[in-house]
Amino acid sequence: MSAKILIVAEHDGARLNPSTAKCVSCARTLAGAEITVVVCAVDAAAVAAQAAQLEGVSRVITLENAANQHALAAVLAPQIAALAAPYTHLLGPSTTFGKDLMARIAGLLEAPQVSDIMAIESATRFRRPIFAGNAILTVETSAAKLVGTVRAASFEAAASGAAAAPIEKASVAAELPTHTRFVSVSAAKSDRPDLQTAARVISGGRALGSAEGFKILYRLADKLGAAVGASRAAVDAGYAPNEMQVGQTGKIIAPELYVAVGISGAIQHLTGIKDARTIVAINKDGEAPIFEVADFGLVGDLFQVIPEIERLIG
Amino acid sequence: MKRILVGIKRVVDYNVRIRVKPDNSGVITEGVKMSVNPFDEIALEEALRIKERGGAEEVIVATVGPADCQQQLRTALAMGADRALHVQADGVIEPLVAARALLKLIEKEQPFLVILGKQAIDDDNGQTGQVLAALWQRPQATYASKLELTETSARVTREVDAGLETLEVDLPAVITTDLRLNEPRYVKLPDIMKAKKKPLETLTLPALGVEPRQQLKLVRFEPPPQRQKGIRVKDAAELVEALKKKGLL
Repeated sequence: MSAKILIVAEHDGARLNPSTAKCVSCARTLAGAEITVVVCAVDAAAVAAQAAQLEGVSRVITLENAANQHALAAVLAPQIAALAAPYTHLLGPSTTFGKDLMARIAGLLEAPQVSDIMAIESATRFRRPIFAGNAILTVETSAAKLVGTVRAASFEAAASGAAAAPIEKASVAAELPTHTRFVSVSAAKSDRPDLQTAARVISGGRALGSAEGFKILYRLADKLGAAVGASRAAVDAGYAPNEMQVGQTGKIIAPELYVAVGISGAIQHLTGIKDARTIVAINKDGEAPIFEVADFGLVGDLFQVIPEIERLIG
Repeated sequence: MKRILVGIKRVVDYNVRIRVKPDNSGVITEGVKMSVNPFDEIALEEALRIKERGGAEEVIVATVGPADCQQQLRTALAMGADRALHVQADGVIEPLVAARALLKLIEKEQPFLVILGKQAIDDDNGQTGQVLAALWQRPQATYASKLELTETSARVTREVDAGLETLEVDLPAVITTDLRLNEPRYVKLPDIMKAKKKPLETLTLPALGVEPRQQLKLVRFEPPPQRQKGIRVKDAAELVEALKKKGLL
């Protein structure tokens, strides 16, 4: 029996989140899989059209409902669960959206879930990191239906092709709860690239000393077209907002270039950057563990080094 | 009685350097320090603060796992939980089994709030809270960094990829904690002594009517691929030069 995979699209109402294209890439590693993307929205047309362009997608299903204005797991999960019958695998991204939602779907279906899939070895066999990435576990299931979250940093985004897959409107008879209500979201508006998809990321640690201190990173990041991240210590200290945290409990990223500035390199942080192509560490402590994983290490005072780099790249 | 149920898990302490067994059957846990999962400590701390503000009358702590877990339940009692429930079970406890067991405890204890850590730092699954909320057909508010209660609802600020999201959920509900919700208190020696006298009830999965089914076989554990150690550059100029050479600048 060949695999039938349903991927739950992440989007903001207008744009498909790149994590969805990574889920498609993950699903495509399973030979012969038939890939459907489901878009839950108030008006799904724009997002569905983007999903339909992704190479490897054979069909897009839209679930339009006024209740889908905000991505509430309690509201979305029963709709996806109601669609689940024909599928062997239900996948979503390992983002806060996907982690919150997919496990609720798994609960409704009483199906097992494989979290943070980094490789699909067969329709029943998967690899995933555990212990903050300090071990890689291969799991095998005998369940007929499986839920999974896909570790985005392990996959390249599926390309947008010329041919578009068919888009079908669906409706499900699920009763949607009103016990969970969206109040607000406070997202810092930024012209910088998105941390999770940026090709270049500069992150700062507690050594930056203050939110003011982070400004030298922002300046350099803007010159490089880079996103800015932070260690947990810097976020805890209030130097940077939570959405900038990189690591086991923050964002797991895989940029081409990662520059760790004043970050000592706790294992929980290293988990978030293992897949970066090139890691640069700048730290005044030459013994800091970050140097163990850095391709290029520079021992020095960041407040001198960073402006100097900025000057050198002009 | 207004009760809060807190789920905890015994895990390898977060400071321990994890090593995979040579036969790839697991990670080395012999002689390794075990602790309460850090996110669950945050969950318990939040419950204790709610009780201390007069928002609850009793904090119950529960776990599903082997006999050794009683050490962590005692730690939780020393932190301030009023009583502990130990669902004794050996082997791998998958999130669905843990959630089913917790649901049975919920049916018995009727808490108005259930608080769990957002993930355990051993298997990093991050599922139990959501699975439990689904089985219980109640709201979930995951990754909480702020929690405000009224008589009938909770206003929860969540750490999401975009920033901070606020939800309002009717009670009872399941909350899972993120790092910045609070800083757990330290346990004091007299409290450890007092905790020995607090009630700790032992139950079993069969007694709760929960089948200890394992649906994911743990086939093989491997150490992660190591990054090659790189080179040291002497100054900013050399660094910029090296990055340009690699086409990164």
